Amino acid sequence: MLWNRSLRPSAGVACVRLLPLLFLVLILPAGSADEKRIAIYGATTNYSLPVIDRNGHEYVGLLEIVEPLGNVNARVDGSHWKLHYGGVEADFTDGKTRAKIRGKDFDLSSNFVLEGGRGLVTIASLASLLPRILSVQVAVNEGARRVFVGNVATHFTAQLNHTNPLRLVMNFTAPVNPTIATEPGRLRMVFHREPIVAPGSTTLTFDDKTIPSASYSENNGTAEIVVNGTAPLMASFSNDGHTITVTAATPQNAAVPGTPAVPTPSAPANPTPEAAVAPAAPLAPRHFYAVLDASHGGDDPGVAIGPQLLEKDVTLSLARRLRQELESRGISTLSLRDTDGGLTLDQRAAFTNTAHPVIYIAVHAASDGKGVRVYSALLPAGGENNGPFVAWDMAQSRFLPASQLAAQGVAAELQKRQIQTRTLAAPLRPLNNVSAAAIAIEVSPPTTDVMDLNMPAYQQNVASAVANGIVAVRDRIGVPR
Amino acid sequence: MIPRHLLIAGGVMLVAVFALGIYAGRMRGRVTQVESPADSRPVAPPVSGPTERVTLYVAFDDPGILRAQSAAIALPSARQQRAEEVLRALLEIYLSKNSSHPLPPGAELRAVYLVSPGIAVIDVNSAFADGHRSGVLEEELTVASLVQTLNANVPGILRVKILVDGHDRETLAGHADLSDFYDTTAVAQLVGQLQ
Repeated sequence: MLWNRSLRPSAGVACVRLLPLLFLVLILPAGSADEKRIAIYGATTNYSLPVIDRNGHEYVGLLEIVEPLGNVNARVDGSHWKLHYGGVEADFTDGKTRAKIRGKDFDLSSNFVLEGGRGLVTIASLASLLPRILSVQVAVNEGARRVFVGNVATHFTAQLNHTNPLRLVMNFTAPVNPTIATEPGRLRMVFHREPIVAPGSTTLTFDDKTIPSASYSENNGTAEIVVNGTAPLMASFSNDGHTITVTAATPQNAAVPGTPAVPTPSAPANPTPEAAVAPAAPLAPRHFYAVLDASHGGDDPGVAIGPQLLEKDVTLSLARRLRQELESRGISTLSLRDTDGGLTLDQRAAFTNTAHPVIYIAVHAASDGKGVRVYSALLPAGGENNGPFVAWDMAQSRFLPASQLAAQGVAAELQKRQIQTRTLAAPLRPLNNVSAAAIAIEVSPPTTDVMDLNMPAYQQNVASAVANGIVAVRDRIGVPR
Repeated sequence: MIPRHLLIAGGVMLVAVFALGIYAGRMRGRVTQVESPADSRPVAPPVSGPTERVTLYVAFDDPGILRAQSAAIALPSARQQRAEEVLRALLEIYLSKNSSHPLPPGAELRAVYLVSPGIAVIDVNSAFADGHRSGVLEEELTVASLVQTLNANVPGILRVKILVDGHDRETLAGHADLSDFYDTTAVAQLVGQLQ
């Protein structure tokens, strides 16, 4: 910052001025969430500044606005405040609306305020004032307190791909890095530094019940996109930050919003059409007791069990049977995979954690051995949870006793049916990433013929026993959150 | 008639050219001699000398367990080479005919790095991981066997990381996690379940 010597106060005066400032710094919380801010988006830099209320108007420091945009200096001359930006000279007078810019009169919308050597102008003045000083086109969204210097706006499009899992692909004209928060019923992206502008409509509706809509809003120097969903949503970045893909878990057995978390097989899987076409209405969160994960899928076939039999197909078949068995016992269940779609291990854990179930059950299949192995997590070394911050690879640590209890319950029911069973710990992701009781079952053939693994009667027997095991321990492993 | 001083100068130049030619020829021969034998020797000669008894944790696919086996192998005194030799002895069992837990042909241990304090890094080649049989238990047996064998024979190791061809890998063959460090205490407890 280039300050003219005439602006520098004496040391004594500075101390007197600094004392109240120091007092304020000590007693006020820094960066309060309620603090008013204005965002300025330039061609080379984006920044935000605090907004000051004076005389019922919102003011901002003019020097602070233009300083990051070019060479500038300012000086106080009596009641005058003179600003030099490039070859432009502007002269403002404390308490007056009339100013001189480039030697010509210019009227501010409210009085100029000279305060502690700082020149303050109202936000309402910026739309006409800044183009005169900066010599470029400036767009000001006064209500949202966002200032666009030059042609810097970032536009975006959103397209819903009816793939499995369902994907909302959002393409941006420049890289973005929003803060992302998942909440029951929606995924919120807040853009603090990106000059995102509204699409044609602030509400985007999609012809889908799982992701019915998205909305755009601006406030306090930020832009926000909220994607509404009836299934857990997760965002991922690609294309060097130009693309955000919001993926939905498959809510095969989603409970009807507002009903108890015990759906019947005939319950509709999604909200009513009326709810789906009302994007502004908040969607009720859903609670599932169990999340079921048919392991592998898509490009990941898992074990080649036989010439025509892949692990991913067996796990899908087993998971479908297990879901049926669980639901018939009043256990509401969310399936992460119900087709041949692929999910990463992190996605499986993230979907599960977003759904806040009581138990996560991964289904695996094997060609060797006999019977069923029931696994709980073998936690890795190193990761530590610090207070409310939970290490991703140690998310399971708090739930491990419940997981081991569930594994024992399931194993006991399998043994009752003369199915050979072992319980073990295993370094098997995403068990350690799940913040709920988490087990994996690995089902092997009942005989030496691996193709017997695909026998419907055997699969049904295993699924029924596992469901019984979950029911047997349900009171001890927790209640839906 | 050619002046006498030009004749002398020409003669001197001819002698110089002849001498330089001989010198260049000898130098080329010397370079060839130096280069040829350099890379033909093994980097690390095979270990020989007195043998020591070590405990190897050997996996048995049927019935899916680990068994502690005693073996006598020649061990170097250096801790890192000792760790490598112990694991190579274990792999030799898995690569032998009628192995109780076969590893794919070409599976090799590239190196073991002992990093202070208490961290060991096992680096296997891509043939080891790419050809490994897929399955939770098969992969778990391999990992537990490597980590526990190292833990039993090289004191002071607290955490073990497994790399494939020097790189991080998410899983061994689709199941056993290789993205994190293994806690040797936790693996020792797991081995208790697998015995």
